[in-house]
Amino acid sequence: MTVIRKIVTTLEETLIEGDVVLPQPFRKVSAVAVVSNSASGRYVEDLGELMDLGEQLGDILPRRAVALLGIPGDQVESFGKAVIVGAEGEFEHAAAIMHPKLGAPFRAVLGKGDALIPSAKKRANIGAVIDVPLGHKDHARVRSHFDAMEVRIPDAPKKHEMVVAIAVTDSGRPLARVGGMRKEDIGQ
Amino acid sequence: MTDVVVRKFLIRIEEIFHEGGPVSANPPRRGTIMAVVKNPYAGRYVEDITGFMEDLKPLGLEMSTRLLNALGGDKSVIEGYGKGAIVGEGGELEHGALWHMPGGHAMRALLGDVKAIVPSAKKVGGVGANIDIPITHIHASYVRSHFDAIEVNVPDAPRADEIVLILSMTTGSRVHARVGGLAVSDIKGEDGLR
Repeated sequence: MTVIRKIVTTLEETLIEGDVVLPQPFRKVSAVAVVSNSASGRYVEDLGELMDLGEQLGDILPRRAVALLGIPGDQVESFGKAVIVGAEGEFEHAAAIMHPKLGAPFRAVLGKGDALIPSAKKRANIGAVIDVPLGHKDHARVRSHFDAMEVRIPDAPKKHEMVVAIAVTDSGRPLARVGGMRKEDIGQ
Repeated sequence: MTDVVVRKFLIRIEEIFHEGGPVSANPPRRGTIMAVVKNPYAGRYVEDITGFMEDLKPLGLEMSTRLLNALGGDKSVIEGYGKGAIVGEGGELEHGALWHMPGGHAMRALLGDVKAIVPSAKKVGGVGANIDIPITHIHASYVRSHFDAIEVNVPDAPRADEIVLILSMTTGSRVHARVGGLAVSDIKGEDGLR
C-alpha cells in the first residue's frame, strides 16, 4: 500500500519507578504509521478515502503493537490513539482517520473494548512529539489506567503527510495509588 | 562487581516501505533497543571504572538477543549495526565509552562471523535527549548502501545519575540506495572494511 511510508513500533518496559522495583514490569507499546494525506493542500469535501485508510490502520497498527507486546489481544488493558497532521492538512483530516472507522477493527484485535478510545490530534512540523492518551479499554473511568505514551517520528510528518499512532498497555500506571475506580470495579 | 540496575527497556522497530520512490518488495527494518541504567560513577570523579565493562556484558547479550528476537530471531537477515550511549549530566563522556566493549562484543558474538567494527555515537545529555546511532554493514564498513543513522530517544531518561545504553540492527540498505560505491556483492570480507 503506497500510502504508508513507514511503520514504527515501540515497546517501553518499566522495571523501576520511583526507586521501587515493580513486581511486574509495566509495559506499553505504540504503533505508528506515516501516511500520505490525499486531502492535503486544498479543500476536499468528501473525506471518505481517509476514513477508509483509518479502518485499515485500525487493523494493521494494533496487530503490530500486540505482536511486540507478546500477549493475546484480549489481555491488553488500556488503549489510545492520536494523529499529527502535517502543516498543509486540516484537523478534520485527523478526525477522518480516527473517529469514523478506526475503532471497530482496533477493538476486534483486542477482543473487547467497550470504552471510548481516548484521542489527541495536532497539526505540526516534521519531528513533532505527540502524547497518545491512554484509558482502560472496557471502562473510561478506571483511574489507575489514565496515562499517556509519547510518540515521535524524527522525519515525519512532512507537510502532506500524517503520523497516525495507537498505543496499548498490559497494565495500569506503575505504583498507581490515587484512588478512584479500579479495573476490579468494572461491571460492579 | 557493581550491580547493573535497569530502570526500563525500550525496543523500537521501524519498517520502511518507501521514501517517495518505488515501494520496496522487502521493506528494510531498523531495530533499536535501549536500556536505562544507573551510572555507578555519577556525581564524582572515579579513576578506575573499567570493571563496569565486565559487569555490563550480560546486559549486552540480553539486549542483543531481545533486539534480534524483535526483528524475527533470524540472525541471517541482519545486515547493519550500530551502538551508542547517552550519559546523564552527573556523569562523564568516558562513562559512555564503557559501552564499547560489552555492547559491541555482544552483538558480534550473537551474530557470529561478522568482521566490521560496530560504529558508535555517545554524548552527555539531558532527560529526553536525542541521539543518532550510526549504522554500517556488519561485514564491511565501506559498503555505501548501508551507511545510515537512526535517531532515538527515551522521553524520561537519562536522569543525572543514569546512562541510556543503545544497540541497533538493520535488515537492509537505505530503502532507495543508489549512490554507487562498494556494494554488498563486492565485499572481500577479509579486514572488516571492504
